[in-house]
Parts: sequence; C-alpha cells; structure tokens
Amino acid sequence: MGYPLFQITLFAYIISTAAYMVYFWSQRNEMRKAARAILLGSGLLHTVYIIVRYVEAGHTPLTNHHETVSFFAWSLTWGYLSFHWRYNVRNFGSFVSPLISILMIIATFSSREIMPLPPALKSAWLPVHASIAIMANGFLALAFCGGVMYLLQERGLKKKRFGVFYTRLPSLDALDNLNNHCLAVGFPLLTLGIITGSVWAKQAWGSYWQWDPKETWSLITWFLYAALLHQRFTVGWRGRRAAIMTIIGFSAAMFTLWGVTFILGGIHSYVG
Amino acid sequence: MSADKIVILGVNHKTAPVEIRERLSFSNDPGTPYRELAVIPGCEEFSFLSTCNRVEVLFVSSTPEETEKKVRDFLFNKSMSYEEAGKYVYLHQGEDAIQHLFRVGASLDSMIVGEPQILGQLKQAYRDAKEQNCTGMILNRLMHKAFSVAKRIRTETDIGSSAVSISYAAVELAKKIFGSLKNKKAMLVGAGEMAELAAQHLMNQGVAEVIVANRTFERAVNLARCFNGKAVSLEELLSQLEYVDILISSTGSPDIILHSRDVKGIMRQRRNRPLFLIDIAVPRDLDPGLNDLDNVYLYGIDDLQHVVEINKAERDKEAVQAERIVTEETLKFMLWLGAMEVTPTIVAIREKADAIRRAELEKTMAGLGNLSDKEKKSIDKMSAAMMNKILHHPIVYLKQDDSHKDKKVKLAMIRKFFNLDSENSD
Repeated sequence: MGYPLFQITLFAYIISTAAYMVYFWSQRNEMRKAARAILLGSGLLHTVYIIVRYVEAGHTPLTNHHETVSFFAWSLTWGYLSFHWRYNVRNFGSFVSPLISILMIIATFSSREIMPLPPALKSAWLPVHASIAIMANGFLALAFCGGVMYLLQERGLKKKRFGVFYTRLPSLDALDNLNNHCLAVGFPLLTLGIITGSVWAKQAWGSYWQWDPKETWSLITWFLYAALLHQRFTVGWRGRRAAIMTIIGFSAAMFTLWGVTFILGGIHSYVG
Repeated sequence: MSADKIVILGVNHKTAPVEIRERLSFSNDPGTPYRELAVIPGCEEFSFLSTCNRVEVLFVSSTPEETEKKVRDFLFNKSMSYEEAGKYVYLHQGEDAIQHLFRVGASLDSMIVGEPQILGQLKQAYRDAKEQNCTGMILNRLMHKAFSVAKRIRTETDIGSSAVSISYAAVELAKKIFGSLKNKKAMLVGAGEMAELAAQHLMNQGVAEVIVANRTFERAVNLARCFNGKAVSLEELLSQLEYVDILISSTGSPDIILHSRDVKGIMRQRRNRPLFLIDIAVPRDLDPGLNDLDNVYLYGIDDLQHVVEINKAERDKEAVQAERIVTEETLKFMLWLGAMEVTPTIVAIREKADAIRRAELEKTMAGLGNLSDKEKKSIDKMSAAMMNKILHHPIVYLKQDDSHKDKKVKLAMIRKFFNLDSENSD
C-alpha cells in the first residue's frame, strides 16, 4: 500500500507548488492560504507514508536513495512549515515548494524496492545519524532558497530594475535574517550529524574517522558553513556575500549527498 | 454675511524658499502669535498655523485690506518691506480662502500630497486658537468643516495611500532594504526642499533620528529643530556615517563630497550594515562608484524618478477626485455663509415663529370645541398680531445699518437666540 500513498503525496506536493506559483503571480491572499493548506496536507500524507514504509521494511526507511531523498523532501516541508509558523517571509513558499516537488520527483524515479538491511547498518545509530544528517540538509536547503531570493532582490535594487521580484520579495533585511535563522538550526544539525556518524563509525568500523569521501565532503561542507558563521559573527558578513556563501555551502552539501555516492563511491555508498 | 471677510495670508514651500520660511518661525513662545494678532484692529476671529513648510494666518475681518497689512507685518516681523514680502506670500479671500483651507486640511497643498500629519497640525492650531478665545462662529464652523472635508477625502479617495512623490519612492526603497525603519537613523547633508521632504517622510515612517549636516551650522540647527534631530557640521560627515543608515545628500557643492574609498573603510566599522545613499544634488555629491560596494545602495534623482513614474497615473486620478470634493464642500459652505445675511435671517425668524404659532393654535382649537369660523379667525388674527408685535423690535434692530462687526455679532446673537442653526450648537 506504500506506493499509491507515495503517488498521492507526490501529486499533492505538485498541486501545492502550482498553487504557490499562481499566488506568486496573482498575489491573492486566498491562493496563499490554499497553497499552504495543501502543503500541510501533503506533509501529513508524507509522514503517514514514511510510517507505512517503516512498518513494511521492518527497519528505519533511510537506507536507499528513494528513502533518503523522500525524507529530505519531508524535512524541507516540515522545516518550512515550522518556520512559517513562527514568522512570515513573503513568497518564501513559492521558492521552497518547487524544490520539494523536484526532490519528490527524483525519489519517484529511484528504486523503491525494499532490500534486507546490510549488517553494517544494523544499529540504533541508523535512525539517529541518518535523520539528523538529512534534516540538516532540509534547513540548509531553506537557507539556500533564502539566499537565492536575497540575490534576486539585491540585484534589482543595485541595478535599479523594479520588475516582478522587487514588489513580491521581502526586504533584504528580512531575507538576511531568514538566512541567519535557517543556518542557526541547520548548522548545529550538520555538526550533530557528523558527530553521531563518527561515534557510529567507531562502533562499526573501529575508528572515528576514515577519510571516506562522504566524511571528507561533509567536513568540507561543515567548514564552508563554519567559515560563513564565523565571518558573520566577527566582521559582520551579511547580505550578498552571506547569500553566495550559503549557496556554495548548499552545493557542497548536495555533492556530499549525491556526488559522493554516484561519482566517488566509498563505504557510505550503500546509501543511494 | 459676506464671504470676503474670510482671508488667509501665508507662506508655504511653494511660495517661499527655506531661507525665508526660517525667518518666520515662531517656536520660542507658542502664545506670542495669539497675543500679537489679537490686538490687530479688525482681526475679529483668527487662527494661526505654523509647520515646517507653512505659516498661515486665517482671519475674519470686516476691513480685510487694512487687517491684511498688519498681519503681513506681524508675519515678517518687519524684517522686509510690505512689497518685498508680497513676493513670498499668498493671499486668499472669500471663496478662495475657504477652498485653500479645505485643500490644506486634506493635504492637497502639502509637499507630500496626502501626508497625514497636516490635519493633526491644523486641528492643534484650531484648538490653540480656541483656547485663546480667538475663534468665533465663522471660524468654528469653517474649521470643523475643513476637518470633515479632510476626513471625507481620506475615506472616499486613496490619496493617502498611493506612492506620490520622489520622497515616497525613497521611503519605499528604504523599506525594501531595511524592512522596518524603526531604530534607523537618517542624515540630511545640505538643506533643500527635496531633502527636507524626504526627511519628513522618513519621520512619518518612524525613523529613530534625523541628523542634519550643513556648511553653515546655524542652518543645520534650524532644520534639525524641525525634525527634533541633531545638527552636526559638514566635517563630521564621515564619522557620522558609522551610525546612520540612510543618507540624503543635496549640497550645492561642485565636487563630490563622499568618495567610494572613504566609505569602504567605514563599512567595515559598520560591520557591513546596509547603507542607503540618496543623491539628489545637481551636480552630484556622491561618488557613483559607491553603488559597487557591498551593502551600499546608491540612488540618484533619476533612479527615484523612475520609481515614481510607476505610481503617478494612479495618484493623479485620486487628486482629481479629491479636488472635486473640495469644490463641492466649498460651495456648501458658501451657501451657509449666504444664510448668515440679514434677509434670510429675518425670513427664518418669521418662519420659525409662525410655525410655533400655528402649532399652538391647532392645539388650542382642538381643546376649545365648538367655535364658529368667525371666532376661529379672530383668534388666528390675534395670535398673528402678537407674533408680529413681539418680532417687530428684534427685526428693526437687525435691519439697522451698523458697522460690519456689529452686524455680525447681532446676527450671530439673534440666530442663537432663536436657535436658527441647530447644527451649530457650540
């Protein structure tokens, strides 16, 4: 019963994305409320799907590419909804929802076959490490969307072109704060993901750090974000530079997720 | 009553440059203008409005020409001749004066059309005048009317909400950069109409402080007072840049006063907090290269103009509608003034008394029962005669040829006596 449920969820996400697009052009408030309600519904369906998958597989469904990307989309959705609940950034949804839909489509095209759990993954650390690492990606993705919005708005203001984005996007200050808030959640999660992974590696392989490509790249990602946060706190890096750095950081995170698995291989590559 | 008794004499941002307006500021003792105006002969009723952009005396006089001369002398404090002062003032009389007042109240005559502060300032001016016993029946009604016209325009048109000017555009851009303008500091470099206007608008948006820098320090102090801000000298420009967020420059300097390389170092001290620079000077004050610095946004007058164009058509439509309302309300007020004339008053008294007589007659007749037509007629006649005799002297008294002033007092008194203007109960 898992697959139809996944398809319904995917369909709901796409409808929500379409609604957010319509809202972006029309700026009609009813549309925004509808889009948000559909996204909330999709998020709930998605949660049910993950639970069903857990029951069907008999272990934490974070062991193959389909599950990982689907969980990534789930983290992004709930990260966005939780943020939205606290404070409002205009038209943020129109940037986040397409990303969610794309992730879900990627998940559709990956094998959904449930494989027996490899012995190396039979550990209580699996749900902890994998979910934290992917949730970190969710918040980093939010920061990425905020960064893109910042660059669009900043470009308009610098070049004195007042097109579609000028009226629709929030102020630079709001976008910069958004970046800050997302990283304030995403970076500790990333750190925690690396620490739990390292502890688990000690248990499974006998050493904290092996310089496996996934480990290396997650460390590179971590340093990029750490550098950004350090500069922000010390010399007040903000705005365009912070936005660009966020985008670079996110690219590194995505390379850690996909590039390492598909190009570099290594001991982490069973996930994917 | 003749509408020509109502006169407005004043200077505003359109008729007088800031140097002249400065000379007219009466900020030392708010009571002075009232004391000085009250002793001007013929100045029967008056109110005094003083804002950053306008100083106006509205008065009612039966000898408008002579009174106007005295009021003009008072305004300019004899600092220039009557003729010279004429270059800077506007004088409206009668219907024009009423229309002008309505336009001022509705913010149609403001620097920033539709800015809401002026109505509050006008109300305060009226309250002050009333407290000093300077207003009478005409002004009480006229001012209240001006307030209601302003309210009507605000509710029926969108004049207050549309982006209307360059300064508004500047504020809109500032909001796109800073979000809220609360706790932000603005700095004016050089004093000019446009800069003042923009500063005024920023103040309306809750900017925390306005700092004024000028070549002549005295001027900076004067202007800073308008915004409750602080004045600095032009040499302090760079050191102040560390603290301000919005800078509006409009000096007459032939050279660039702020270079990109100077600001670069300051941005580090500012910890890269955004800096919004507006250059409305011709020739330019600010280095165009500033726009290339991170977190610095430089806008020239043309850039702002571009933002304005987008909203202009909308604004014009609203202003036309607002002007129509002003014309309509002016006509209504003229009608009321007309009713203040003697003849309509006499007719009104007669009508009122007759209405009372008839009503009482009917009541009495109903209680008396069987009366012949002849008897009824003689009772009717008797009551009419009584009415006429009672009204005879008041009417003769009204018709007497008096000076204008006495006539107005008389009219007001009689109209109150007979409660002819139930609307005007104060």
